[in-house]
Amino acid sequence: MSAAPQEVAVATTRPERDPRSLRLHGLLGLALGLWVALYLVIQPAANLLTHRILGLDPATHLGSAVAFFLFEVPKVLLLLVLVVFGVGVVRSFFTPERTRAILSGKRESAGNVLAALLGVVTPFCSCSAVPLFLGFVEVGIPLGVTLSFLISAPMVNEVALVLLFGLFGWKVAAIYMGTGLAIAVGAGWILGRLKLEKWVEGWVYESMGSAGTVEEEHLTFADRLQKGIEAVREIVGKVWPYVLAGIAVGAGVHGYVPEGLLAGIMGKGAWWSVPLAVVIGVPMYSNAAGIIPVVQALLEKGAALGTVLAFMMSVIGLSLPEMIILRKVLRPRLIATFVGIVAGGILVVGYLFNAIF
Amino acid sequence: MRIQVLGTGCAKCRTLTANAEQAVRELGLGVKVEKVEDIKEIMKFGVMTTPALVLDGKVRATGKVLPPHAIKEMLSL
Repeated sequence: MSAAPQEVAVATTRPERDPRSLRLHGLLGLALGLWVALYLVIQPAANLLTHRILGLDPATHLGSAVAFFLFEVPKVLLLLVLVVFGVGVVRSFFTPERTRAILSGKRESAGNVLAALLGVVTPFCSCSAVPLFLGFVEVGIPLGVTLSFLISAPMVNEVALVLLFGLFGWKVAAIYMGTGLAIAVGAGWILGRLKLEKWVEGWVYESMGSAGTVEEEHLTFADRLQKGIEAVREIVGKVWPYVLAGIAVGAGVHGYVPEGLLAGIMGKGAWWSVPLAVVIGVPMYSNAAGIIPVVQALLEKGAALGTVLAFMMSVIGLSLPEMIILRKVLRPRLIATFVGIVAGGILVVGYLFNAIF
Repeated sequence: MRIQVLGTGCAKCRTLTANAEQAVRELGLGVKVEKVEDIKEIMKFGVMTTPALVLDGKVRATGKVLPPHAIKEMLSL
């Protein structure tokens, strides 16, 4: 059995920066203070800009739309920067290697819950889905637990949560996160119970035991902050045009569209709206920021909350590109079962929320 | 010095490869940057997040697209 070169865990330490650490904390505090000040000033500034400087009457469609836009854009961008930065720092504590170490040896059920929670905080790019899957399987993490992770990682996405919070309030964001995690845990658990290991591509289990070790990085506090900043640059830098577009759409809807326009076909009365939303959403893929304008437009025009949630989860959580990537390690039957059960979970969530709200 | 970039072909892996090639050019090393795209080969290195940079068989970075100057630093050590 060939062994990959055994790495000795080398701690790559940066030179100690004790005197600068105080300065760093000071700067961080200053930045946060600045953030709070900016956040508090947005609403009055937006109103001032719209009414006094641009001379628009808030009662008109245009005035209302513009005020909405000017208020929401800086608000959402500020929230995004803060949360992406925070999550970036938190994620610096969770490498996939560490997640794998935590999960290996855990039984199912507890493992499913942990996996779903870790999926939220472990950095994950869908192109790494296959190496990650293999890495988990190699150390004996059960299939169901691995799948719980793979479900929550793309779906319970901090950008989505921030945008939901910023545009619809903390309740909607909390519901999305809670139900997303519930689906990850439940679906993963069910898939584990079904004992579908036989539908994983054979070579995956054959290559077990060939893992080498990757050196663990030692990160200082400054390094972690740096990671946060990198995350902001990378994510917000990529996503801000979509946010702007989304809010523009929202502003237009907010100002011009009469309430309840969509209530007929997507409201609580139309029972088939939930399955339809899921069926449309599954093959689609959009990043979280891109789908929010649609969500906003649907909600404002009278679509039911459950239907809209189901749509959003289907788009973000399941995607054709991801399934194609996973085809390398999972047989079509397993992929179909996986999609079926997750979609089923999303359906249940959709109906549940239409019934409650 | 053997330079390999592990990745299944997404945009990040291409960028890392390009950055590595730039670093090699700027240092005048004349080494070719190898792309490892076969998943079984990638797993032999034990990495779980691509793209990954491997220098002389040792994994030096995973999951990040290192800019050319960072790669140059690693190559110069």
